[in-house]
Amino acid sequence: MSSDANIFITETTIEGEEDGPLAGKSVAVKDNISTEGVRTTCASEMLDDYVPPYDATVVQKLKDAGATIVGKTNMDEFGMGSTTETSAYGATVNPVATDRVPGGSSGGSAAAVAAGKADLALGSDTGGSIRNPAAFCGVVGIKPTYGLVSRYGLVAYANSLEQIGPLAPTVEEAAGLLDVISGPDEHDGTSREEGADSDYASAADGDVEGLTIGVPTELIEGADEGVVERFEETLDDLREQGATVEEVTLPSVEHAVEAYYVIAMSEASSNLARFDGVRYGKSGGFDGNWNETFSEAREEAFGEEVKRRILLGTYALSAGYHDKYYKQAQDARAWIKQDFDETFEQVDVVASPTMPTPPFEVGESLDDPLKMYLADANTVPANLADLPAISVPAGEVDGLPVGIQFMGPAFGEETIVRAGSAVEN
Amino acid sequence: MSESSPGPEEVRNIARLARVDLDDEEVERFTEQFADILDYFETLDEVPEVERDADLVNVMREDEARECLSQEDALANAPETEDGYFKGPNVS
Repeated sequence: MSSDANIFITETTIEGEEDGPLAGKSVAVKDNISTEGVRTTCASEMLDDYVPPYDATVVQKLKDAGATIVGKTNMDEFGMGSTTETSAYGATVNPVATDRVPGGSSGGSAAAVAAGKADLALGSDTGGSIRNPAAFCGVVGIKPTYGLVSRYGLVAYANSLEQIGPLAPTVEEAAGLLDVISGPDEHDGTSREEGADSDYASAADGDVEGLTIGVPTELIEGADEGVVERFEETLDDLREQGATVEEVTLPSVEHAVEAYYVIAMSEASSNLARFDGVRYGKSGGFDGNWNETFSEAREEAFGEEVKRRILLGTYALSAGYHDKYYKQAQDARAWIKQDFDETFEQVDVVASPTMPTPPFEVGESLDDPLKMYLADANTVPANLADLPAISVPAGEVDGLPVGIQFMGPAFGEETIVRAGSAVEN
Repeated sequence: MSESSPGPEEVRNIARLARVDLDDEEVERFTEQFADILDYFETLDEVPEVERDADLVNVMREDEARECLSQEDALANAPETEDGYFKGPNVS
């Protein structure tokens, strides 16, 4: 099945220590997370033969915890996409519904768990890239608070937004994997002390008695009817378990998608400048001068979505447009943070459907990038506000998986894990 | 269409600044798509000015020599090397 579903770019066996909390567990790792001696392509022709000389901190932690890494999973090229169709190695198939996409950009990681090709998986989430495929493939995914997990060895796309996080069949297993990878790292100056001695797994106790769940009207309005029905049923179920549900309003999130894409594209245009075909990356050959060969290599080796984002990011940062796009996007980001801060004075978690629709049909969104961007409306606010968020399966619409998302205050992983685990009751 | 959205010549110029060659078809497609996308980004005009958090701090480490990649490892992924150096195209 894995060759048909195109889940792995590279299948491998990296054995970890004999003992540890993940002994006997197989883990699939997204192909933008560096593995020493095993090629790491970011699903790009640019890095087709790139072999990292060192392990990402999270990979070192997996090995120390006794996990066996079974492969590097397919993804949208450099993490840019919401469907895992922009990979240079072809699209991944959704194991639950084969005419549908698995979501993205960590589609291979979610599919590996859904198809039973790995017990657990690591993905990265810049604007929803763990939660989106978790929802589409019917598994659990956690985007940690910014700084909880080291990004050392993660090939950067938009580093002020992205975090590495776990995908697993259950909330408890996802939380257990988060326990392994979280904590400070001297190699990542943005990593934080919180999470050093975490025990998120034991927070998956399903106890939501007294928990207050805020539901922002803004994140429900655009969702499909069937998705909203499953969402409401899940909330009813949580009410029966003793939770309180309150309507809240987050006016700033109406601007989250545009702020997210301006910031992510701007950071991408800078981060991807390192791919010059000299130190690493596909070479354009040595005819002509530096700029010409550089431009030629990048034309050939980057896919269309990557070029689109590099160009739009370059434009947004260029003289005359910086204030218009980038500065305003930063204002929107500050507004969103402020909105969430105020909301978490009233409620413990904020809930919404993870994705506004069931999984897209294969090919549905590729011709219309703006349409694809708009589908990220519910997931990008957590990245802009640096907050933790979890997606948990919340039933099906016409046989297709949908997810419910809980966002928590910064370093409130235990609370979202608890809320998520109650959905499984 | 947004007033500020770039025409084909401007798209070519951005591509030059970004060091990405584009073929004619891509220029045409991007020109069209950028108009839609930038038009949508214009809604950021509605965002009020917000006082930013000032709690960001720089994180520094001591500037001391420490273990790092060997020269061989550092060069291992380079398409061309010579005498222990990266070999690149002419810079002018």
